Amino acid sequence: MAELAPTPTLQSATSAPLVRAEDVVKHFPARLGASVKAVDGVSFEIRRGECLGLVGESGCGKSTLGRLVTQLLPLTSGRIWFKDVDLSRLRGEKLRRQRREFQMIFQDPYASLDPRMTVGDIIAEPLDNFRVARGRVRNDRVQELLHTVGLNPNFNNRYPHEFSGGQRQRIGIARALSVQPSLIVCDEPISALDVSIQGQIINLLQDLQRQFELTYLFIAHDLAVVRHISDRVMVMYLGKIVEVADGAQIYTDPRHPYTAALLSAIPVPDPKVERRRRLVHLEGEVPSPMSPPIGCRFHTRCPIARVPGVCSEVEPPLEEKTPGHWSACHFSDEVGSVAPWARSAPSA
Amino acid sequence: MSAPILEVRDLHTQFFTDDGVVQAVNGVSFDLHEGESLGIVGESGCGKSMTALSIMGLVPEPGRVTAGQIRFRGEDLLRMRAEDVREMRGRDLAMIFQDPLSSLNPVLKNGFQIEEAILAHRDLPRRQAMERAIGLLRKVRVQAPEARARDYPFQLSGGMRQRTMIAMGLANDPAMLIADEPTTALDVTVQAQILELLRDLNRELNTAIIMITHNLGVVAGLCSRVIVMYAGQIVEEGSVDEIFERPQHPYTWSLLRSVPRIDALRHERLRSIEGLPPDLMSPPRGCRFHPRCPFRVDRCFSEEPPLEAFGEGRRAACWVTMETAYAEMGAADLVDVRPGAGSGVHGVTEKRVG
Repeated sequence: MAELAPTPTLQSATSAPLVRAEDVVKHFPARLGASVKAVDGVSFEIRRGECLGLVGESGCGKSTLGRLVTQLLPLTSGRIWFKDVDLSRLRGEKLRRQRREFQMIFQDPYASLDPRMTVGDIIAEPLDNFRVARGRVRNDRVQELLHTVGLNPNFNNRYPHEFSGGQRQRIGIARALSVQPSLIVCDEPISALDVSIQGQIINLLQDLQRQFELTYLFIAHDLAVVRHISDRVMVMYLGKIVEVADGAQIYTDPRHPYTAALLSAIPVPDPKVERRRRLVHLEGEVPSPMSPPIGCRFHTRCPIARVPGVCSEVEPPLEEKTPGHWSACHFSDEVGSVAPWARSAPSA
Repeated sequence: MSAPILEVRDLHTQFFTDDGVVQAVNGVSFDLHEGESLGIVGESGCGKSMTALSIMGLVPEPGRVTAGQIRFRGEDLLRMRAEDVREMRGRDLAMIFQDPLSSLNPVLKNGFQIEEAILAHRDLPRRQAMERAIGLLRKVRVQAPEARARDYPFQLSGGMRQRTMIAMGLANDPAMLIADEPTTALDVTVQAQILELLRDLNRELNTAIIMITHNLGVVAGLCSRVIVMYAGQIVEEGSVDEIFERPQHPYTWSLLRSVPRIDALRHERLRSIEGLPPDLMSPPRGCRFHPRCPFRVDRCFSEEPPLEAFGEGRRAACWVTMETAYAEMGAADLVDVRPGAGSGVHGVTEKRVG
């Protein structure tokens, strides 16, 4: 059924998408034959050269989805097309060879670098794996990559413990860049870093995207960071995509009550804006992904749900409400503008 | 304004490690007034948490408060007997932490743990203590408080656990509550609810709050006064509006421009702060921020700027200040939008390595 459903795309885009996900499902087995429905039927596209932001709160399935796109986890069902290759049908060596095209940057710059490898070997590992470069060429490439990410090229013989968190994240970025991928999945790449360092890494990621014509899937829980870097934003709740839109639209005119609640909750470093905040209260807690609610998954907490009624009975499909703006809500017109800054001019 | 309930004077807290002495808190002085909400902001390692732990008398080994005064209602906690301080802790001063799960005992029921906090300081029959514990859970807006009191911590969500911690902190109507990054581990919708709760409790109960956080948005929403710390020292202080609208220290100014804002224009370039915070075992000479400061002058390399008062409740430790930086150094044009700027690729000083 969902295979026939249209997928959210950019209205103006003309080229074929880089990634196309069709009705992707990932269930993890749990006790007594139950399963955790981490990702439960999502379809979307990632356009060439864009940065697609993926946001949601812990447990919504965003990181799982990132690992499905990079095939670090096998799908339960559905398909993921990369360019014109169906990744979900590839196994073994054929899949491994495709991996050169999509790399990942991880959240924790401490856990994602092997402490017993030199920085040079860490960055060159993908080069070795794919037999891209050896000897002098390999060395030159490592030094060039270190320079690209803003580190001293002569640091290649040092070990990770000699670097700060921000510098380590740069090493992880250099590793991802080494095999010249077209897609980089960034899984919360700055949330473990200090405030003054976060800006450096965001600026770096933006520069690299321009320089190497990269496509990003940028996963984060922080909507402010996502707004800053993304062209389009996709919001997940309990294993489902609830809204996709152009970055600007989703913030000024959210069409799903969950997005509206998320937006209303973000602290803004401006006391004047904070005093005007109107928090959209969500009832209760996120239900268990082992037994998500029937109908709309958000209806148990939704401030505008018709319960009992269509919201607790019929699952709303992800539909294009206005050009390029997709929402999975029966009453998307009622969400209105709840963002506390919606009527204020952006400040310098 | 009422008399301060807490006066911290020239506080020094140091860690005596095998590699040398770390000056975690270096000459910090400030006041906290009754019913006030004070924010202390800074990055990890700036000394904000150690300032809080020093006030609570909970500095971990091998650290120690080496100098200064912490006067609570006029009495210096550092000169009091340990058992008297313990008597006050949990009764007059309370603290909540970032991770509520590791602050709660996993094998004791929530209600019992709050009851324990009550009975540590007052002589009440058990039944009355439990009633009070349930009342506290209701006050922090826990749904079905009787049932939650019978639950164990693992049965609660992160937000509910933090509410339980706040209930425990409020158990004996303390005059002040220190909250150390209480919402950092929580999702944003839960964070917003906890902040709203703290704001209401601050108003309704007149409990003074010290909010310790790295999140400038949290401070903007909760606090009336703000202290900014860098490398173990206070670099700026002022009312929340002053700090956010007219920051005078280049560190505060840079910090405000380095965070992505939800209400900013998309793809606007962030002003990143080059380099890294200093090593507190051997902090730089002169102003501690000078290696990363865009407005430094010769004096900043050699002389440490004092934390000077100017205007109503305002203090800043800077030889230049942003007023001069705007008037004479072109600070307004400093947001560099060239590709490569602010990403650390050009002109970055690697201080930790090399």
